[in-house]
Amino acid sequence: MSFLAALAIAGTLAAAILAAHWRGETGAALTIQVPAPNDPAAQGGGTRQTAVLALLAGNPAVSAAHLLSPAELDALLQPWLGATTASLALPVPAVITGDWSGAGPPEALRDALDAAAPGTLLETGARWAARIAALTTSIQTCAVAVLLIVAFVASAVVAVATRAGLAQRREAIEIIHGLGAFDGDIAGRFAGRATALAAAGAAVGTLLALPVLFWLALLAAPFAGFAPGATLPALPAPLWVALPALPAAAALIGWGTTQLTVRGWLRRLN
Amino acid sequence: MVRFEDVWLKYRRSRATAGAAPDVLRGLSFEVPDGGFRWLTGPSGAGKTSVLKLMYLAEQPSRGRIEILDTFAGRASRRETALLRRRIGVVYQDFRLLAHLSAYDNVALPMRLARRAEPQIRNDVTELLRWVGLSGKLDHRPDELSGGEQQRVAIARAVIGQPRLLLADEPTGNLDDAQAERLMMLITALNRLGTTVIVATHNAGLVSALPGAVPAHRRRPAGWLKAEAASTSLGCAPPAPTGCCRCWSAP
Repeated sequence: MSFLAALAIAGTLAAAILAAHWRGETGAALTIQVPAPNDPAAQGGGTRQTAVLALLAGNPAVSAAHLLSPAELDALLQPWLGATTASLALPVPAVITGDWSGAGPPEALRDALDAAAPGTLLETGARWAARIAALTTSIQTCAVAVLLIVAFVASAVVAVATRAGLAQRREAIEIIHGLGAFDGDIAGRFAGRATALAAAGAAVGTLLALPVLFWLALLAAPFAGFAPGATLPALPAPLWVALPALPAAAALIGWGTTQLTVRGWLRRLN
Repeated sequence: MVRFEDVWLKYRRSRATAGAAPDVLRGLSFEVPDGGFRWLTGPSGAGKTSVLKLMYLAEQPSRGRIEILDTFAGRASRRETALLRRRIGVVYQDFRLLAHLSAYDNVALPMRLARRAEPQIRNDVTELLRWVGLSGKLDHRPDELSGGEQQRVAIARAVIGQPRLLLADEPTGNLDDAQAERLMMLITALNRLGTTVIVATHNAGLVSALPGAVPAHRRRPAGWLKAEAASTSLGCAPPAPTGCCRCWSAP
């Protein structure tokens, strides 16, 4: 159970971290296409491309504006076109990338660009960021559901084992109960053992999950990246906090379930 | 004090069968004062063990009121009931020893539940087991003891905590005459120290052998235990018919 819980926690943490990483990159990205970049601009004496670049340079919310060179454009389009844009004589627009740090969506910038060079397209990563956020939320919901199911199954297993133990020791418990033992004394004996077993089992399960977690982190390395000089991919820091908590959580489930089961069973005795 | 007022009992094994269950005891009323000694007699199946079960709170009456050592059974919380059980020593007919514990640990159980200090437990248990003739068998488990020895362990466990109420169900059933006499000496000694004692037995010889035992109805008609079982007529008023459940007082 702790093995599955460790995987579920690792999954939700990895999804959250990657989503935050991607949201930061794509949410702020600007891509501007200027069709017919060398045509005269609507205002001023320059071309449409220079008018757009000037507008971007003058906007404090736009940074790192970069006009893709013909070589960069070719590298970008060659996988789809199969040849250089020059050889195909296609009317390729100028492409400018940048980062947006404004408070809201860059609608005013879109209008200004359209006024300076009509037909200019402005795209942001906000739509993709929203999709990634939705995907992350659904992954995290699934992980929470898995954790709840794991906790429920673990609790059910402990309850069944406890009831089996009670049935096996029924006569001894009735004798001790008859001698004046408190319900808490009897439940405490069972709960102490269940707590120790649950904690030990969860610790073993968590340790067994570690190699799998490193393997999964290795698979995710192209997205998350390696630490410099490291031979193993780094596990997220919150995971190192969550993993030791698993045996404690299992112990708590074992203790609580056993207490409830034994006390409920003892209620049947007078 | 032990007081039964119009107590009825039926064994309810489940809610479904509760209504159909027969009455085991009907309209039982009696009172045993603090420090009293009573014999509970009658043939097998007369309901002696059922009366004792009500006294040591293993069963709840289906009707009526039971007062044990100034506590009304059924009204006490579970904790109060557990504390009350610690003041009641019980010698069961089938001994009810814990098979995985030694004779010493079985006798020590009530003291450990009461969280007495281990040195005190060691002294008291060792002394009592020596007194009942089991000083050489402290470490023996019940299955390594004879029936009589097991019974002596059960008796030692019942009296180790110096209970205020001692209930014994056929306590001499597996003992020879000498051991039975020795046991009754212990029980009467406890009674003289103030313990209320109720002994159930169908052994009329044991009752008559106790020096000075007098049927209660000769001295105290109110001492009669009035009970009625569903299948066996226990309803008796003095003079008692043969086979009824009697309550006698010892001097």
